[in-house]
Amino acid sequence: MAVLTYIQAITQAMKEEMQQNEKVFVLGEDVGVKGGVFKATEGLIEEFGEERVIDTPLAESAIAGVGIGAAMYGMRPVAEMQFADFIMPAVNQIISEAAKIRYRSNNDWHCPIVIRAPYGGGVHGGLYHSQSVEAVFANQPGLKIVMPSSPSDAKGLLKAAIRDEDPVLFFEHKRGYRLLKEDVSEADDILPIGQAAVKKEGSDVTIITYGLCVHFAQQAAEKLESEGVTTEILDLRTVYPLDQEAIIAAASKTGKVLLVTEDNKEGSIISEVSAIINEHCLFDLDAPVRRLAAPEVPAMPFAPNLEKEFMMNPEKIERELRDLASF
Amino acid sequence: MATEAIYMPQLGESVTEGTISQWLVKEGDYIEKYDPIAEVMTDKVNAEVPSTFSGYIKEIISKENDTVEVGTLICYIDTNEEASGASPIVHDPQNQTTEETNEQDQSMKHRYSPAVMRIAQENNIDLSTVQGTGKHGRITRKDMEHVVQQPKTNTDKAPNETDATDISKEEAIEEYTPPTFKRRSIEANPGDREIPVTGLRRTIAQNMVRSTTEIPHAWMMIEVDVTNLVAYRNAEKDRFKENEGYNLSYFAFFLNAVAKALKKFPELNSCWAGDKIIQRNDINLSVAVAHGHELYVPVIKNVDEKSIKGIAKEIHQLSQKARTNTLTTEDMEGGTFTVNNTGSFGSVESMGVINYPQSAILQVESIVKRPVIIDDMFAARDMVNLCLSLDHRVLDGVICGDFMSHVKSILENISSETTPIY
Repeated sequence: MAVLTYIQAITQAMKEEMQQNEKVFVLGEDVGVKGGVFKATEGLIEEFGEERVIDTPLAESAIAGVGIGAAMYGMRPVAEMQFADFIMPAVNQIISEAAKIRYRSNNDWHCPIVIRAPYGGGVHGGLYHSQSVEAVFANQPGLKIVMPSSPSDAKGLLKAAIRDEDPVLFFEHKRGYRLLKEDVSEADDILPIGQAAVKKEGSDVTIITYGLCVHFAQQAAEKLESEGVTTEILDLRTVYPLDQEAIIAAASKTGKVLLVTEDNKEGSIISEVSAIINEHCLFDLDAPVRRLAAPEVPAMPFAPNLEKEFMMNPEKIERELRDLASF
Repeated sequence: MATEAIYMPQLGESVTEGTISQWLVKEGDYIEKYDPIAEVMTDKVNAEVPSTFSGYIKEIISKENDTVEVGTLICYIDTNEEASGASPIVHDPQNQTTEETNEQDQSMKHRYSPAVMRIAQENNIDLSTVQGTGKHGRITRKDMEHVVQQPKTNTDKAPNETDATDISKEEAIEEYTPPTFKRRSIEANPGDREIPVTGLRRTIAQNMVRSTTEIPHAWMMIEVDVTNLVAYRNAEKDRFKENEGYNLSYFAFFLNAVAKALKKFPELNSCWAGDKIIQRNDINLSVAVAHGHELYVPVIKNVDEKSIKGIAKEIHQLSQKARTNTLTTEDMEGGTFTVNNTGSFGSVESMGVINYPQSAILQVESIVKRPVIIDDMFAARDMVNLCLSLDHRVLDGVICGDFMSHVKSILENISSETTPIY
């Protein structure tokens, strides 16, 4: 065991997979010589050479398109979008090609690509370096979207994503890169995609969330613990397709559900979670299902005070938690 | 007039302290609510602290240029308003307001969530009997879960406070409950004294009602010639007192005899447990000890294993404890049969109420000298009546008659040989 940051765990996962399977390669803007703008691919070009760690032109559609083509021919590409905000030029490739090829070709072709992208705000990044884009892809059957909340999860899930036979979008919270640290097993542990995890048991309120917000939720829950309010925290880990069974169990357990995301509220991942709860848990509900999310504003503002207002934090969660507990 | 405190306000989200740069008022000044009272400098802003009350500045606590934490008391104001209550005011405005609305506003009392409705239907719970702890009096799912966990007898049987406190759901057994009748309340007349029923009196009342309503009592009395016992005890008592420092009471001999008889007739050392009768292995005798207006029933454990002296010593210790109010729950627990020294009040005949859940109680009456015919001749003998109340569900006349005869024969044959004191 060694203490790794979230980003070190991600590097570690890619390194191990590249060592084990020579078909695995990474491509993206500045992933090679520079080692990535966040240093996620640091050291890989030295170990695996420029044939397997490819610096690409500034063309996200090409990064996705090249990766998709290579994947269909049997390679295991791990494509990096420098920021999730920049994935937009590649949306056509991802949704129209990667997501649909298995279905369209009646199983003759499939596309085992991983597209990694740092998302999220709170880093003073402004409009184009702070977005959460998961909801854009979360109604495209054929895609999987993984958003880990801890270094261990990041490592285990990225390895699983690379070994997955179908396209996986892997969104990493950039503020979590160096904020989150923990002991990460050196073993070749694979975490199954599609399974949520109970991060904390409690009986008063259930929080269902994912990504960095899991961390905030844990802080808020800890604070209320001393007041006798115990919180169940479910980390979705895979936000598409959702782990319905785990969501139903967690919501039914307390009957009071708080859903948290950093993304804009309407049409977000947690909106879908809410729908699942309403379809399955009516007679266990003790309070209206609540969504705590960013306001309906196009993107994370640049001004620090507005960014703070927009960004999720433990205080906002604590306030809602307290209110729901007393309902 | 009331004195209110003013605290250092939070002047920005991440501000934790501020420096009072200038007081804008001095002690004795009158100010209106919202008027500025001081200028405060923080690392973020310079601001004025508004007064949260109208009134006279009574005392300024924080001095100019003091740096104080948010929430620190900075001054007192004598307000025009009436005192808001005897309790000191807690500075937590957010919590205060929510608590207040909680107490007053019961608007959510009859708004039931799907979970609450389901639990109520599945468990046949009348929601009007459930106390809601949620916001505005709402009944929460947790409230319902608590109700479900409580013993069922509580909700659909006549309320019985002792039941609620000492029986959990698994232990509770269906038992006949007598119907209750409503009556007009009894009013005190002028000059009457009303004594509130509390504590021990209430417990005694509850236990007596329970015992007499649940246990079908039957009674029996025998008279015992204790002339030998009186002679034996009189011969020993002074020396005993001198050696031991406490009295050699008759009661110790009676307890000794009862314990011996219970050993032979364990049927009386038992209790009714609904679908079974439990015969107790230990012979622990409850004895009634009065102190002032209170009645305690401490227990002497394993009386069958103790000498007369041992029993006398425990009687002495327990009555000391009763007198000094130092009896512990442990002293009162575990009784299997009760012997009541009614003779000490001069009674010659009484019908005891069984000490629930035991199955019998023996009353030892006064020892009186009476003319008795022995061998067709009058003789002056020391006679005592023993009265037994029995639970007729557990016991019948025959067994109790045998038991009483045995007690009688032990007592009538007491001597230094049969019953040594040490």
